[in-house]
Amino acid sequence: MAPDRTSLAGTPDTTPEAGGGVPALPGERARDLLPAIEPERTITDWGRSERVEGMLDRTLVDFFYRYWFRCDVEGIENLPAEGGALLVSNHSGALPPDAAVISKAIREEHPRARPLHITVEHFFKGYPGFSALIPKIGCVPAHPANVHRLLYDERQLVLVFPEGRKGTEKTYSERYKLRRFGRGGFVEAAARAEAKLSPVCVVGAEEAMPIFAQLNVLKRLTGLLYFPITPTFPWLGPVGMFTYLPAKFRIRFLEPIDTAALGDGEGLDTAQVQTVAHEVRARIQENLDEMVAARHSVWFG
Amino acid sequence: MSVGEATGEGAVAATATPHRTRRVLVTGVSTYWGGRLAEALESHPEIDAIVGVDSDEPTRELHRTEFVKVGNQHSLIERIVKAAELDTVVDARLVVNSLMSAPRAAHENNVIGTMNVLAACAGPDSPVRKLVFKSSAHYYGCEQDDPAFFTEEMRRPHAPRTALERDIVDAEESVSEFTDKRPDVTVTVLRCANVLGPDVATAFTRMFALPLVPMVLGFDPRCQFVHEDDVVRALEHPVLNHTPGTYNVAADGVLALSEVIGLLGKRPLPVLPPWGTGALAAPLRRLGFRIPDEMVNQLRFGRGLDNRRLRATGFRYEYTSREAAISLGEHLRLDPVLRGHEPAYTYEKEVEEFLRRSPHVRRPEHEEPLGF
Repeated sequence: MAPDRTSLAGTPDTTPEAGGGVPALPGERARDLLPAIEPERTITDWGRSERVEGMLDRTLVDFFYRYWFRCDVEGIENLPAEGGALLVSNHSGALPPDAAVISKAIREEHPRARPLHITVEHFFKGYPGFSALIPKIGCVPAHPANVHRLLYDERQLVLVFPEGRKGTEKTYSERYKLRRFGRGGFVEAAARAEAKLSPVCVVGAEEAMPIFAQLNVLKRLTGLLYFPITPTFPWLGPVGMFTYLPAKFRIRFLEPIDTAALGDGEGLDTAQVQTVAHEVRARIQENLDEMVAARHSVWFG
Repeated sequence: MSVGEATGEGAVAATATPHRTRRVLVTGVSTYWGGRLAEALESHPEIDAIVGVDSDEPTRELHRTEFVKVGNQHSLIERIVKAAELDTVVDARLVVNSLMSAPRAAHENNVIGTMNVLAACAGPDSPVRKLVFKSSAHYYGCEQDDPAFFTEEMRRPHAPRTALERDIVDAEESVSEFTDKRPDVTVTVLRCANVLGPDVATAFTRMFALPLVPMVLGFDPRCQFVHEDDVVRALEHPVLNHTPGTYNVAADGVLALSEVIGLLGKRPLPVLPPWGTGALAAPLRRLGFRIPDEMVNQLRFGRGLDNRRLRATGFRYEYTSREAAISLGEHLRLDPVLRGHEPAYTYEKEVEEFLRRSPHVRRPEHEEPLGF
């Protein structure tokens, strides 16, 4: 069964072991020692496949991004061009299209596009089919150690949905109301990795796949994370999970937040972590409200 | 490099100081790793004595290693260690594949055997100043919610699932207790990833030798390997250098299983059911899919290790995971041609004695007849 862990708050098990008397490698050194990339390979050490990702990107993702959702992107210049950055976004949809769309927006619009790593629940690693596909398109299980390695050692972009499953479970009537942002684990993760926090707002995903109800009985029977009732699911079977309504998407990248002031490693100020977490949530909610208010039509923007 | 000098005469320092190895005991010298290590150590003239112990006879031809046939009795090993004033013990006995020996024998070897070897080095007047323990990445296990790269400080997030994993965790626990008790001994623990190579037989090399490589339906796990030569060099590394602590031994690069199968030029056979793979492992073994229990989860979730700590001590891998897979692939294609042509070495006590002791054997000038 899926382990109930969506938060990044958990510290990696760092109980120093007897005999492990060697101190952790300092940052620069640890980065120098990262394995070199072999040019012959098309799959990264995280399991990301250039071939699979490229193929999906050219076909399905491109179609949805350009013609189906007609994405508009604002504030792409706010996304850091280098260094580790933790993207924080609102989350919705039974099989959320938001992550793929944000990833595509960076590839299309950013002058120095970098691959985006999307954190997903451990559940996907254990579910046949998803397990083989999900890492190939750039998803990484949301383990604190994974996020830290990506942000701190590899200085990559990582996308996290602090609402987690609570965000994708919510029904249509609760659209664009942010759920609780975990316990601020994402702020802690960014601060420990000396990475910037980069809030992102997505409008349109809630209408692309509205969820009318959640059926707990069927969720248990199928072993899925949840069992939503949408306009197309379960009526069209598994295909229904990928059938989105043509809502107009708008993505806004907000100004990044520096986490350096929070201290690093052991000396994290928990009160301040909570403050920053609330601030990030408030800024995303504020911008979402503004974007929804400015929108004349769900379908035409 | 080591800077300290062997003191030998029971000088117990407060902490482990760099110690230069002169006289080595290799336990499990008749296992693949013990034999390869003894062979490698023989090429270092600064190592005066190499003594190998095992309950079976050596499987490799060794030239100056003294073999003593002894089980895991600690009193006997202790006598050998003291008599030969051995300053370094390399424990290369660990069974890391549950199909290689019976569960009871594996437990006996991994848990009881480790305790005995440690007891043999633990005496207050023991000459041992350095202990190298070969462990396995099975220490970390393999679960759905594992990190993508295990670092050495991480403990396994769940209790061990299989008997073999439990034994490895127990064995490492005894080693860490020993480390606490004997701060003057430099202890190095090496956790090796799955090994590939033309010579070694592991669960993975056997699986890859099948005409079609079985995969679990809907899964494409991340696999990290290490080449057999790199494991031997990694075992040699702490003997020649001062590297206290625990280290992962895994080559650069984590491959997808489908990628490995491609590199080997094989075809995948995704027939194992995603649920109940473990329950099916036993009947499948009868059919020739010899998948040990501890590997079942690896075929679903995979495992990656962070190898930077060992590299930080100056160790360099000669092969990446990809190159290790290619080297196995070349061997697999060549194997049917070579089969049956290799002269197998058999240990003959009298011959070995003659070669080592007889005054009639002509040795190069600088080489003294060994012994005492």
